[in-house]
Amino acid sequence: MSEEKAYALEIENLKVEYHVDKEVVHALNGISFKLAKGETIGLVGETGAGKTTTGLSVLRLIPSPPGVVSGTIKVQGEDIGTLSEKQMESIRGNVVSMIFQDPMTSLNPTKTVENQIAEVIRLHEKCGKKESVEKARTMLEMVGIPGDRGVEFPHQFSGGMKQRVVIAMALACSPEILIADEPTTALDVTIQAQVLDMIRDLKKQYNMSMIMITHDLGIVAEICDTVAIVYAGQIVEYGTLEDIFNSTAHPYTVGLFGSLPNMDDRTQRLKPIPGLMPDPTKLPQGCTFCPRCPHATEKCRTERPTLVNIGGEHQVACHLFKEG
Amino acid sequence: MLKYIGKRLLAMIPVVLGVTLIVYCIMSLAPGDPARTILGEQASVEQVEALREEMGLNDPIIVQYLRYIWNLLHGDFGTSYQSRIDVSTEIWSRFPNTIKLALVASLISVVLALPLGIIAAVKQNTFFDSFSMFIAIIGISCPTFWFGLILILVFAVNLKWFPVSGQVNTLKGIILPALTLGFNSMAAMARVTRSSMLEVIRQDYIRTARAKGVSNRNVILQHAVPNAMIPTVTVIGLRIGGLLAGAVICETVFAWPGIGRLLVQSIQSRNTPVVLGCIIIFSICFSLVNLIVDVLYAFIDPRIKSQYQ
Repeated sequence: MSEEKAYALEIENLKVEYHVDKEVVHALNGISFKLAKGETIGLVGETGAGKTTTGLSVLRLIPSPPGVVSGTIKVQGEDIGTLSEKQMESIRGNVVSMIFQDPMTSLNPTKTVENQIAEVIRLHEKCGKKESVEKARTMLEMVGIPGDRGVEFPHQFSGGMKQRVVIAMALACSPEILIADEPTTALDVTIQAQVLDMIRDLKKQYNMSMIMITHDLGIVAEICDTVAIVYAGQIVEYGTLEDIFNSTAHPYTVGLFGSLPNMDDRTQRLKPIPGLMPDPTKLPQGCTFCPRCPHATEKCRTERPTLVNIGGEHQVACHLFKEG
Repeated sequence: MLKYIGKRLLAMIPVVLGVTLIVYCIMSLAPGDPARTILGEQASVEQVEALREEMGLNDPIIVQYLRYIWNLLHGDFGTSYQSRIDVSTEIWSRFPNTIKLALVASLISVVLALPLGIIAAVKQNTFFDSFSMFIAIIGISCPTFWFGLILILVFAVNLKWFPVSGQVNTLKGIILPALTLGFNSMAAMARVTRSSMLEVIRQDYIRTARAKGVSNRNVILQHAVPNAMIPTVTVIGLRIGGLLAGAVICETVFAWPGIGRLLVQSIQSRNTPVVLGCIIIFSICFSLVNLIVDVLYAFIDPRIKSQYQ
């Protein structure tokens, strides 16, 4: 036991289904990963792959009904499935907090920015209104917004500044785990780099563990220690940054890299992955990627592959690879 | 903000003038001769003609109208054809009764509608939701006069809990008329509150609030409700304006001595000055309520407030 790393987060066989109109949407189909303290894992995948659902599951915020969640999630060794709603409230925003994807709609339009940040501070730290507002202003300054702009409302801020506010809010109680759900997708490229830098610095400063949810491999390369490639609610490839970037294994991951423009050889055509992700109400019986996979065999159509270890921590769920 | 309110108050002047013009024309076009009504069936044609001349009824309508407006600008609402007393005296003696009725009715409807709508939205698709929306459908579909009569039958005639009508100054006396008047509005407000809450609780910022660890109750009360209030306040405003119109029927059913009933009686006897006086009061009230609603918007939603600057 003593050899094992201290994990901030352990997810074991997480499944999320939505039961809607007699159909079952299989949003997550058995996701497992562990996140060590102070490390960053990147969840990479297309829209609808189940990345955000994973993040919301850790906060136990999957709307239920219609959502049905199974599997275990341990936050600092504690199974959150067994906690009461009240205990869960003391974890949200305090131990685990989340930066949401769209800063334009993630802030309450009728509350001042500082009050929204102060609220989370008041909820988790024993302090009065005045003190919490003061701390909220300090947080604003930390993310590069003048503290006296805290009295303004979200509509008076630009998109990049709103995202900074969202980040300040998520970090206000120095959480152990930060879930960043595509924190830069809604922003201009120039602002993206600023926000990313800031997140990275703050993460170091607070020694947080982080789940970086993104579809941008560039961000992954810059920020993450380990990477999980998510496809149709499953992790299809998992490994360290080097494993994924240097010894790419799964055909889907190969496809993802093929979709990036090559700056050295600009005459080369992009190689997009043909087809679309399968309908989560009707997942194929075999490998979920097989309808789009150039190497698909008969076995792929009938039998769903599980993650196998192919050296070090590098795992891949594909029949093309054998254990070892 | 003050500048905005001033502008809106000025804009009320053409509204009220327009209303008087339309009503004046309609009253003049309506069949029946005020002079004949005043003198009664027995009067001779000469007597009627003399009175018409005296009242200026033989002048062109436009001249009559301008004369009326001229007097109005001097604070003179004219004299009631029937009681021969000042219209303003007549209206002011009854106006407080209508205000009292409308205030109690709006209080009842708002106090019932908001919790009903909010809880129905939070507990969507449960028995409570269906039940409260069932009540709301009944409230919207019931004609005021019918609902009033049913209340009188059940609670006044059979159960004898409340007086049948006319007790203006007792709490017991105002409950049935106010309930009758407020029921319809309550239903409309509850439905709007529910649908607007349903929209708001699906917003991203509600999820953000939950992710901060805000308890379910406070997510609803502190985050969802303030954002859901814009459509609700609009309907509350319109409905309080509508309560005045509803008062016309309700006051008749309950023999309530307010200006609604005065208006109905005056229309029946072609008492143009009183009709105009009542309508002017109604239109001023309606415009004022609308102005109050628009000002309230600014307090609810900072995005609207910035537009008023």
